[in-house]
Amino acid sequence: MPEVRYLKAVNQALHDAMEVDDSVFVIGEDVAAAGGPFKATRGLLETFGPGRVYDAPIAEAVIAGVAVGAAMTGMRPVAEIMFMDFITLAMDQIVNQAAKARSMFGGQASLPLVIRTPHGGGLNAGPQHSQCLEAWFAHVPGLKVVCPANAADAYGLIRSAIDDPDPVIVVENKTLYAAKSELPDDPQAVPIGKATISRPGRDVTVVTYGAMVREALTAADQLTIEGVDIEVLDLRSIQPWDEAMVVSSLARTHRLVVAHEAVEAFGVGAEVVARMADIGFDELDAPIIRVGAPFAPSPFAKSLEAAYRPDASDIVRAVRRTLA
Amino acid sequence: MSVVIGEMLIKSSSLQSLYRQMLLIRRAEERLQKLFADGDVPGFLHLSIGQEAVAVGISSVLGVADTVSSNHRGHGHALAKGVSLSGFFAEILGRADGVCRGRGGSMHVADLSIGMLGANGIVGAGMPITTGSALALKMKGAGNIAAVYFGDGALAEGVIHECFNLTSLWSLPVLFVCENNGWSEFSPTERQLATSLERFSAAFGIAFASVDGNDVVAVADQAGKFVNQMRDMPSPRVIECQTTRIRGHFEGDPQDYRNKEEMSMMSERDPIARARSQLLAEGLSDVWFEQLHAEVDSEIDVALKLAQGSPEPTSDSLVADVYTPRLGVS
Repeated sequence: MPEVRYLKAVNQALHDAMEVDDSVFVIGEDVAAAGGPFKATRGLLETFGPGRVYDAPIAEAVIAGVAVGAAMTGMRPVAEIMFMDFITLAMDQIVNQAAKARSMFGGQASLPLVIRTPHGGGLNAGPQHSQCLEAWFAHVPGLKVVCPANAADAYGLIRSAIDDPDPVIVVENKTLYAAKSELPDDPQAVPIGKATISRPGRDVTVVTYGAMVREALTAADQLTIEGVDIEVLDLRSIQPWDEAMVVSSLARTHRLVVAHEAVEAFGVGAEVVARMADIGFDELDAPIIRVGAPFAPSPFAKSLEAAYRPDASDIVRAVRRTLA
Repeated sequence: MSVVIGEMLIKSSSLQSLYRQMLLIRRAEERLQKLFADGDVPGFLHLSIGQEAVAVGISSVLGVADTVSSNHRGHGHALAKGVSLSGFFAEILGRADGVCRGRGGSMHVADLSIGMLGANGIVGAGMPITTGSALALKMKGAGNIAAVYFGDGALAEGVIHECFNLTSLWSLPVLFVCENNGWSEFSPTERQLATSLERFSAAFGIAFASVDGNDVVAVADQAGKFVNQMRDMPSPRVIECQTTRIRGHFEGDPQDYRNKEEMSMMSERDPIARARSQLLAEGLSDVWFEQLHAEVDSEIDVALKLAQGSPEPTSDSLVADVYTPRLGVS
């Protein structure tokens, strides 16, 4: 199977979705002529023209608003917010308008809109260009949130997000953009809400998503040397999340670690842990451990950011604790 | 679909019909006012009494394929766009047969099947939605336009800058309709805004007109001219309607921040009283008005009775429409 960069898979998903459905259009800052700040939208303007690929001014509230209003008027907009940190400027349209329209209007409306946005550190981009804010959106009824960890899932989840009748936030990870992984010649949609086992194992389940999947797989290699066999479960979708797959993995391993790049406190991990402490209680042989960033803004200096970002060694330590 | 607009429409939708629509909105809101006072309307109620000429004048030049977004004071906008009266009442009373099944209430009345994209509880939030709707309408290329109602209280919100900029840059067919009643909730707008909507519009190169918003014909006439131009060649327009908020910011607001002089001017500025004088001058009789009022009241009675007969929504519908059901997808 050919290996492609994550970014190429994102680009191909947008291209293929626009090709099959004329109502799909792309809007964002520098997404047209410049091909996107990370080049995710490269070539779309040339292929589909200025009537389907829009360079918006630096105005996140109206970018999100355009997505909401166009979705209400029969289109399938795909908006890009250049860094997830900038989404704060679009929160009213996403949280008060897009998320609520269907319920608040009594089921009259479906809002098939997608917001793509990259999160995560690793570029020394500092406190306002590195945040992982996906838990905010997972907390809002009416939104769906996905966070693909590899090229095939990036392709498949973006296709599903664009086909979905409801608003979907697609969270990409900046450090993954250049990473290569397998993408079939005929890539398929990946259903929203379905996790996957990235590495089967017997001893401890590590639930994770996004760039932390890679760290968990590295941790698995290190732990193998110690004779510990972990199962790495990639959520892929955060809202809705695949509770059934997590509990079934827990039923095999009886130990659970939840790891994400986002700040640990009040995060996605807290939700997973709380549910497993309820429906998975009888399966647990040890306390559940979370791995996440410390409760501080993402710092700039190389030394500080390296210390701030959770990695394989943090997962290894957490796994050891569940086995202690 | 396209609609007949401008002067041609004013002729066909005569002042009599505009008067009837304004009266219907007024009487419907007066009934809500009484129901609210009796404790029968849950939540907040922001009445548009005194501002009916704007909604009716604007809607008289819009077709069903044109879209509108509204704000918290949006009862008139919804009814003038054609939302069912019984569905409207049922929504505001929080009943299962409300247009939004009782989940939205007064601040979220919507009917997307007729292009009513919703009232809104967030000041200024209709503007970005309308901008997106206008982009979609322009992409479809059928000459339809999107209108957004907002108050002068929304002029200090940041999104107006983003929306004026984008609609002007991209020539999007948005009719920005400002209902300037002089009040930003409990504060006079002169204490809230350092400039004016006219200067805002000029800064972004958007054609602007100010009209007497209590003169329904003036509103319809100016809106007709603008909408005509917008259908021919998509681009934004701003119409500022000087109007009067006769009631408080919400029902129960004692309005002790308004002076007696302003309050005493209300009846002179009342758009319905003014339209009535015009119609009397045109030779209509008191009997005509009596008959019309009886007819409108009876229409309201029937709709309200239907709404009041509707059950309260049951808890099994609580999470029903958070997401769209999909066949074959769990």
